[in-house]
Amino acid sequence: MAEFLQFLVSGLTVGAVYALVALGFTLIYNASGVVNFAQGEFVMLGGMVTVFASAAGVPLPLAAVIAVVAAVVIGLLLHRLAIEPARGASAVTLIIITIGASILLRGLAAIVFDKQFHKLPGFTGEAPIDILGAAVQPQSFWVLGGTAVVVVALYVFLEHTLLGKAVLATAANRLAARLVGINTTTIMALAFGGSAAIGAIAGILVTPITLTNYDVGTLLALKGFAAAMLGGMGNPLGAVVGGLLLGLLEAFGAGYLSSTYKDAFAFLVILIVLFAAPQGLFGRRAVERV
Amino acid sequence: MKSQTTLKMMLAAGAFSVAMSHGAHAQDTVKIGSVLSVTGPASFLGEPEDKTLRLYVDKINAAGGVAGKKLELVIYDDGGDANKARTFATRLVEDDEVVAMVGGTTTGTTMAMIPVFEDAEIPFISLAGAIEVIDPVRKFVFKTPHTDKMACEKIFEDLKKRNLTKIGLISGTDGFGASMRAQCVKVAPNYGMEIVADENYSPRDSDMTAQLTKIKNTAGLQAVVNPGFGQGPAIVTRNYAQLGMNTIPFYQSHGVASKSFIDLAGAAAEGVRLPAAALLVGDKLPANDPQKKVVTEYKQAYEAATKQPVSTFGGHAYDGLFILVEAMKRANSTDSGKIRDEIEKTKGFVGTGGIVNMSPTDHLGLDLSAFRMLEIKGGDWNLVASGS
Repeated sequence: MAEFLQFLVSGLTVGAVYALVALGFTLIYNASGVVNFAQGEFVMLGGMVTVFASAAGVPLPLAAVIAVVAAVVIGLLLHRLAIEPARGASAVTLIIITIGASILLRGLAAIVFDKQFHKLPGFTGEAPIDILGAAVQPQSFWVLGGTAVVVVALYVFLEHTLLGKAVLATAANRLAARLVGINTTTIMALAFGGSAAIGAIAGILVTPITLTNYDVGTLLALKGFAAAMLGGMGNPLGAVVGGLLLGLLEAFGAGYLSSTYKDAFAFLVILIVLFAAPQGLFGRRAVERV
Repeated sequence: MKSQTTLKMMLAAGAFSVAMSHGAHAQDTVKIGSVLSVTGPASFLGEPEDKTLRLYVDKINAAGGVAGKKLELVIYDDGGDANKARTFATRLVEDDEVVAMVGGTTTGTTMAMIPVFEDAEIPFISLAGAIEVIDPVRKFVFKTPHTDKMACEKIFEDLKKRNLTKIGLISGTDGFGASMRAQCVKVAPNYGMEIVADENYSPRDSDMTAQLTKIKNTAGLQAVVNPGFGQGPAIVTRNYAQLGMNTIPFYQSHGVASKSFIDLAGAAAEGVRLPAAALLVGDKLPANDPQKKVVTEYKQAYEAATKQPVSTFGGHAYDGLFILVEAMKRANSTDSGKIRDEIEKTKGFVGTGGIVNMSPTDHLGLDLSAFRMLEIKGGDWNLVASGS
C-alpha cells in the first residue's frame, strides 16, 4: 500500500506538470491552430528567471511574479514578431516557426543565464511528509494545488467571461468570430500570453523538485505534447487528464514493471490509445465542412 | 603621383613584412590541436577543458615555450556531435598539420576521431572517460581521466572494508551511466559483491522515487550505488533522502565530482560517498601528499583566471597538455612519431588525476590510488580515512 501510494504521488506530481504544459499547448492550438513547440521554453523561463531573480536578492514570491511577467512578455513578443507577420502561412509553417523560436530562446537562455543546473528551495520546507508510509515532498502539494488553481481559473475565464467566450468562439470558427466583431489577433496574442503564463507557473512550481537549466524545456514540451495528444488536442480537460495519466503511467511503469523501459511503456500506451481513438480520449471528431 | 607611388611601396612593404613574419612564425611555433565539446550537452566538461588549455598554453609560451618553440593551440568546438568531431579531426590533420592532439571531450567524439589520428600517426591524448578509448591499446591513442571500471573497483573496495556485500544499483541510461553500470556488474564478483537490485532512470527524468522505492523494498539490501552524471544523480540523492533511505550507505560516482552536485542535492548529500580525483580536496590533502603541489597550483591558477570553481574535467586537460609537453621536451623534437614514443614512456608524472606511469600495454597509467574516497560532510568534501 505504501509502495502504491508512493508511486501514485510521484506520478501525480510529474503528471501535473505535464498537464500544465499540455494546457499551454491547448490554449494556443485553440486560438490559432498552431502547435507551439516553444511551450517548454516558457517552463524553462519560469524556473530560470525565478532562480536568478531570487539569487539577486529578490524575495521568492516577487521573483515568481517577475518570472511570470517575463514569460508573458516573451510570449507576446513571440506572437507579435514571429507568428503575426506570418499569419497567412499554413499551420505547418507556423509550427516550424515555433520550433525555431524554441531553439532561439534556449540559446539566449544559455548566454543570458548559464548552462548549469539550478535549484530553488521548497516553498514550505523540504522535510518529507509521511502519508500512510509514503514519503511526500511538501512541494508536491504546491504543484498539485497550483495546477488545480490554474485549471479552475482557466475554466472560469473561458466559461464565465466575455473575453473567455471570445477565445472559445475564435477556437470554434475564426471567420465567424471575426464577423461578429471579435478581434482575433488580440485573442491570439492573449492565447500566447496566457499559455506563457501557465508554462512559467509550471516552471516555478516544479523547479524545487526537478531542478532547472536552460534546456529543461525540450523534454517537457515533448511529454506535454504527448499528454495533449493523449487527452485530445484542443480540449483543456483532455490536456489535464492526459498529463496526469502520462505521469502515472511513467511512475507505475517504473515501479511495477521495468525502469529501463518506463518511457517506452508510457509511449506504447499512448500509441495504443491513439490507434483506438485517433482524436485522443476527449478529442473532437474532426469534421471537414465541404 | 608621388604620393601614389609611396602608397604602393608602403603596401608592398607591408605585404612583405606580413609574409616574413608569417614565415618566421611558422618556424618558431609548433601546432597542437584540440577538438572539444565547448557547447552542447557536454559543455560542462568541454568548457573547463577549453579554458584550461588556453590558460596553460599562454603560460607555457610566456615562459619561453617548449624546446625553443612557442606552442600554437588550434581548438575546434564539436558541440558534442561525433560527426562534427570527426570533420574537425580531419581538418586538424590535413589543414592545420598539428603534431599532436589533446582533446575529445566525450567517449562518443573520441571514438569517432580515433581512426583519423591512427591513420595520420599523430598522438592523440583523449579526455574521455570510458575504458574503450585505451582498451584495446591503440598505438597513438592515450587518455588521462580515470575509467569507470576503476570507480567501481574503488567503491567496491570501500564497501568490502565496511563488510557490505549486497548492493543495489540505480543507473542513468546515458552513455556514462550505462557504461559504468556494465563495468560494475562485471567487476562485482571480484570483490564478492552481490547485486540484489538493478534499476535505471533516463538522464532527463525529474523523479526517481519509483525506482528507489523498489530498491528500498529489496530484501537484504546493504548499500546503493548510483552510476551517472549530470543532474540525474542530484535528483536521485534528493529522492533518496525524501524516502528516508539515509541509513543505507549511498555511493555516487566520480561523474558528480563537482561542487554543483553538493549545491543541487543540498542537505540530502550528507553522508554520500564517492571516489574522486585529489583535485577536489587539494586543500585537505596532507602536506606530504605527492599531488598536493600540482593540484593546489592548478586550482589557484584556474580559479584566478576564470573566476569559476575548479572541476576535475579541466584537470584532465591539464594532465593531457603537460604529459604532451613533457614528452615533447624529452623528445626535443616536433616529430609526431618521436613524441608518441616519449608519451608512452611517461613515468612518475604527477598530474591532477593521479600519478601516471604509462607503458606499451597501458595508455592510461593510473592505478586505484589515483582515486580518493570522499564523503560529503557539512556541505563539503572530506577524505575518508583508509580503513573506516
